[in-house]
Amino acid sequence: MSYLRDVGALARKDLLLELRARDTLPAMLLFVAAIFVVFHFTLPAKPSRLETSGLLWVAILFTALLGLGRAFVPEREQRTMDGLVLAPCDRSAIWLAKSLATLAFLAAAEVVALPLYALFFHRVSGATVLAVVLADLGICAVGTFLGAMAVVTRARDLLLPLLFLPLAIPIVVGAVGASVGPPVVASPGKYLAFLGLYDLLFGVICWASFEYVVSE
Amino acid sequence: MLIVRGLGKRYGDKRVFRGIDLELPRGGFVVVTGPNGSGKTTLLRICAGLATPSEGSLERGVGRAQVGYLGHEPLVYRELTALENLDLYGRLYRVPERRERIGMLLERFDLWEVRHERVASYSRGMTQRLALCRVLLHDPELLVLDEPYSALDEAGAGLLDEQLAELRGERSFLLATHEPARVERLASGRLALAA
Repeated sequence: MSYLRDVGALARKDLLLELRARDTLPAMLLFVAAIFVVFHFTLPAKPSRLETSGLLWVAILFTALLGLGRAFVPEREQRTMDGLVLAPCDRSAIWLAKSLATLAFLAAAEVVALPLYALFFHRVSGATVLAVVLADLGICAVGTFLGAMAVVTRARDLLLPLLFLPLAIPIVVGAVGASVGPPVVASPGKYLAFLGLYDLLFGVICWASFEYVVSE
Repeated sequence: MLIVRGLGKRYGDKRVFRGIDLELPRGGFVVVTGPNGSGKTTLLRICAGLATPSEGSLERGVGRAQVGYLGHEPLVYRELTALENLDLYGRLYRVPERRERIGMLLERFDLWEVRHERVASYSRGMTQRLALCRVLLHDPELLVLDEPYSALDEAGAGLLDEQLAELRGERSFLLATHEPARVERLASGRLALAA
């Protein structure tokens, strides 16, 4: 219970910081909306569901990258990571709280993105919504972990995409497979299960290894 | 409380210090002095548990929860208020009667009136006083203080003097300063680092 209380206190802090500074969420919202508007005018008149599913996931992935790149910015700019690392709570609570806060921002961006996708391209299926939920978990878990590694380097803006995008390929494969629907994919079940397995596997790895990321 | 034997630290080829021996008994007050670049901050970070030594051994008689560390940075969030910052740390350190303790510290360090203002609007001295509140919030057994008087005006420095004198003997102190005369009467030992 105390672990969850620590996660709650840290996540609340991250949400409060964003509420005050408004650095991340407006950028994510504008970016994802801009992508759909641009592609609406640049794609052929009636793009296939396979094409637009790919577009949807590229938009979600790069919007998430914006949020992930800023996840540890308060700690870096105000050098508060030492304070969190010294606190007697389990250090994985810092990762989990950051992941949850980033998940909240990404979910807010998707509240805008999915209706826009439906408006410009195709109807959003239930399987797509489920794929979004599962993919978000993996994106935020892995991305936050890598964000903590990248933030202490000089080339952080370059390093995070370089580390994250290869690890996100399985997410894209699973998510596109789950959201493209028939006739290309008869049943999204195995793709959703694949996403769930990815979340579980990488979630456990990140949770267990975060201690080493924030230790000297 | 703290036993250090043959401690050394290097970053790549650059040696910061080596062969440091130090014993800080429970209730002791050791003042660390030395010129810029002598490794005071690095030594204190190692003693606080924020860095690992390259050689030698360190035994700390208390866990992370009982260490209070004040570094060059205040370790508070500028976009949060003093109250929100202390509440966050109070929760993480599981401080009993958190609100009362926070209120008492804010009053003691003369920040009560500005407790709802964002730290970004504070002067450097006010931020340092808030950092001191953060350090003392969980009533740590071991206080590791790196230049605690920096940025404090006479009134702030006086408040810190009072606090140190009050806790002297009850808590253990490792304090780095360029003004050793200020804490001379409290010190039970001194460690002078060479450049």
